[in-house]
Amino acid sequence: MLNPDSLKQIELEAQKYPEDKRASVIMAALSIAQEEKGFLNNSLIDYVAGVVGVPPMRAFEVATFYSMYAHQPCGETQIKVCTNISCQLRGSDKIVERLEKRLGVKLGEVTPDGKIGLKEVECLGACVGAPMLQLNKDYIENLTPEKIDEMLDQLAGVGA
Amino acid sequence: MSTINIEVDGQTLEANPGQMLIEVTDQAGIHIPRFCYHPKLSIAANCRMCLVDVEKAPKPLPACATPVNDGMVVRTQSERARSAQNGTMEFLLINHPLDCPICDQGGECPLQDQSIEYGANASRYHENKRQVKNDDIGPLIATWMTRCIQCTRCVRFSEEIAGVMELGMVGRGEHSMIKTHPDGEATPDQVGAALCSSVNSEVSGNVIELCPVGALTARPSKYAARVWEMQNHAQISPHDCVGANLNVQTLRGEIIRAMVRENHQVNGYWLADRDRYGYESVYADTRLKRPMIKDQSGWREVGWETALRHAAAGLNTVKQRDGATKMGALANPSRTVEELFLLQKLMRVLGSDNVDHRLRQDDFRDDLLAPLYPGSELEIIQFESLDRVLLLGSNIRKEQPLLGVALRQAAVNNAASISAINMLDYDFHFPLANTHIVSPGDMVTSLANVAVAVSGITGVSLDADIQKRATDTNAQEQAIAASLLSGDAKNKAIIMGASALNHFEASALSAISAWICEQIGAKLVKLPEANSAGAWLAGCVPHRAEHGKEVAKTGLNAKAMLAKPLSAYLLYDLEPGLDASRSGEALSSLETADFVVQCAAFVSDEAMNYADVLLPIAHYTENSGTYINCEGRVQASRAAADPFGEARPGWKVLRVLGNYLELEGFDYIDLADVQDDYVLGDEQIVSQSGASVNDSPVKIDSKAIYRYVETPMYRLDASLRHAAALQQTMDTPTPAVGLNEKTLVGLGLAAGAEVSVRQGEIELKLLLELDNRLPDNQAFIPAGYAETSSLSGYEPITLEAG
Repeated sequence: MLNPDSLKQIELEAQKYPEDKRASVIMAALSIAQEEKGFLNNSLIDYVAGVVGVPPMRAFEVATFYSMYAHQPCGETQIKVCTNISCQLRGSDKIVERLEKRLGVKLGEVTPDGKIGLKEVECLGACVGAPMLQLNKDYIENLTPEKIDEMLDQLAGVGA
Repeated sequence: MSTINIEVDGQTLEANPGQMLIEVTDQAGIHIPRFCYHPKLSIAANCRMCLVDVEKAPKPLPACATPVNDGMVVRTQSERARSAQNGTMEFLLINHPLDCPICDQGGECPLQDQSIEYGANASRYHENKRQVKNDDIGPLIATWMTRCIQCTRCVRFSEEIAGVMELGMVGRGEHSMIKTHPDGEATPDQVGAALCSSVNSEVSGNVIELCPVGALTARPSKYAARVWEMQNHAQISPHDCVGANLNVQTLRGEIIRAMVRENHQVNGYWLADRDRYGYESVYADTRLKRPMIKDQSGWREVGWETALRHAAAGLNTVKQRDGATKMGALANPSRTVEELFLLQKLMRVLGSDNVDHRLRQDDFRDDLLAPLYPGSELEIIQFESLDRVLLLGSNIRKEQPLLGVALRQAAVNNAASISAINMLDYDFHFPLANTHIVSPGDMVTSLANVAVAVSGITGVSLDADIQKRATDTNAQEQAIAASLLSGDAKNKAIIMGASALNHFEASALSAISAWICEQIGAKLVKLPEANSAGAWLAGCVPHRAEHGKEVAKTGLNAKAMLAKPLSAYLLYDLEPGLDASRSGEALSSLETADFVVQCAAFVSDEAMNYADVLLPIAHYTENSGTYINCEGRVQASRAAADPFGEARPGWKVLRVLGNYLELEGFDYIDLADVQDDYVLGDEQIVSQSGASVNDSPVKIDSKAIYRYVETPMYRLDASLRHAAALQQTMDTPTPAVGLNEKTLVGLGLAAGAEVSVRQGEIELKLLLELDNRLPDNQAFIPAGYAETSSLSGYEPITLEAG
């Protein structure tokens, strides 16, 4: 179900923990699985549990506890915008407004073509550059509505 | 280890270092409120109800997760402790519905009880309460998840005790819910019958009693009664050789449900689902309500006197015509010692030693060498401290669920090395060091090979008889022997389960096991079904009278009685078509017999064919009497209700039948009178070694397909077969033919299709299933079903498509 690369990564993670504490590997393994497949459906969670060697229910608990795990397709490109206190004070409302307007979707939704997912997240620890968002794995800081336009134009360019 | 002293509420208490505070206060009888703490489960400390005031600690600490320290000063009633406890209670009640008046837990609810002491009289919370939808998690447990306070006792039970994590806490914070695994691709917020898997553990019902609120309650007795209106009746579960203690509860004389009665020598805090829900058959529509006799015009209901007169006359006629030895009595081993004693006495006074309870047994060759009863040389409480175990023909998890739980504890907490030689690759809830799956024909050889390996390692010379049965020891057999002898382990056992005891060479298996046990210092543990120990001690065997007394002439055993028809049978709570492993033979013998008296609690379809008199006897819950478990513990059970309809307690029926037969010694006035007629103490098992390895092995045709037979756990006796909820569980599958892939392909058959099964002249159609737990050439066809009752025992069969 997962490609050999992902399985190898999971095995590397597993080596960080004592052999009788396999449950510790669940979080990392779920992240690796999500990285490859985009989101975690139930059969993927069960599969990961099998790879890690824990009961499926144990992995299911973890997968539903943390908000970083997605259970539905969340877009090829993911925009995670912070709305916590620092970003809010520095105008994250306007950032969200611009994002929603440009993409035509609300927070927590994916564009109809499945390309871009917009998600509200809690503090990502980059208050120094508030307001900020995370584009896939990159942090983009000191945002302004204009910067959002620029970013989305670029994304569209890449997409085309 | 030296003890330390702590002070709790001004009292000085002695404690062991490392103990949790709540254990020490519990021992001292100081009450600390709690929900999530349970002495047999891991510590979660998530309900926060047991917060207490510990001197020098900056904030109140949970007593369940605070280890004691020398000189610790604890206050459980100080203002700080009380305000913490009251605060916790207020939080717990925020989302708990105020539906106690309609809640089945009401009256026995720790939350309700403790809210009286720790709760405020009014809520300060005026917002909407949280709602959680209910899942359908199976026929045994009713859910009402809005009531859940997330103590996770059920989750920890399923993971730690039941051994299969079937329940878990899904989601986070206010959205967290206790759930089973979702089916298919359902997401956690979608719920409903089809979207979650059921809880299938054989001990699942315990979560009902662990649940400190009404989130998980007993489904068959939902809304049937209020707790405070019910009466408790101390009973013993008759379904396995553990003899779990339970309270059967009645409302105005009607049995409503069963709950555990803690006995830390036997069942601890737990019950198997079979013990808990077996009662349900007591008011099944199929209960036999009135005596019935069959004459030319067919079956009709009659009064007791007519029925007993008819039964006595019939038996007397056969006795005068064919002699008493042409009569036989067969009994259900889950009945009480008193009934089994009277049954054998009745037969023996009539002049026949043909009396037996072992309808699933095939090999009787070591009867005369056998100890007083087949049982365990280990006490039940010693199971948890085993460290080397060989399971021989045992699916301990389903056969003796509570011993399975104990063995799992040994595996998990004691790192016990457990090996298995089985004929089916059972799904155990503990890891196996070695799994050796062999066909029934190779069981003796495999065990003999292990004996050879043991002799190789220890240097003890091998018994010549065992040597004869051995072949080349393979790697697995060598590993099993090595595992049994590894380290300086002291607590070892060989556990013989149902499929070893019912094996066609059980005597050889038993003898070799005894030899190995002797060499390696292990205990031999035989786990027969139900009250078998009681049946042996009651004399319900053909070769011995009560308490092992010799008899002048050994009678016929169950197999012999049913292989060739006798003239008359007395069946005691039995349906041999479902209860005998050679059920086909049994049915044809019974149909041929001139006269069959059946004492039964249920109307049975097969009995309508062969019986001549039906005498309704009490269901086990309506019965008083004695049970003896595998360790020889004698336990008394008291009737919970009057027998249904015109049924009567079994001992009375047998006593009066004795009178109508004009037999001597049947003048008992009450049950104590019967008990005075034989002597029982706590029975010590005598050594089980000494039996010889019979050197006439049963010939197996290695090319033929054999029918492998076992009886599913909820089909074992009539009282289980008529218990509605248990029949809906996964442990009661639809009967089918199971073959492994290789055999399936070899025969050119496809799984999922219907096949015709032929054994001699018998032919029947069953669905074919892929079952890779089986060795080659074995076709698993379960007993205990009318659909398969025409087949007999472990015999060659042919399978054809369509």
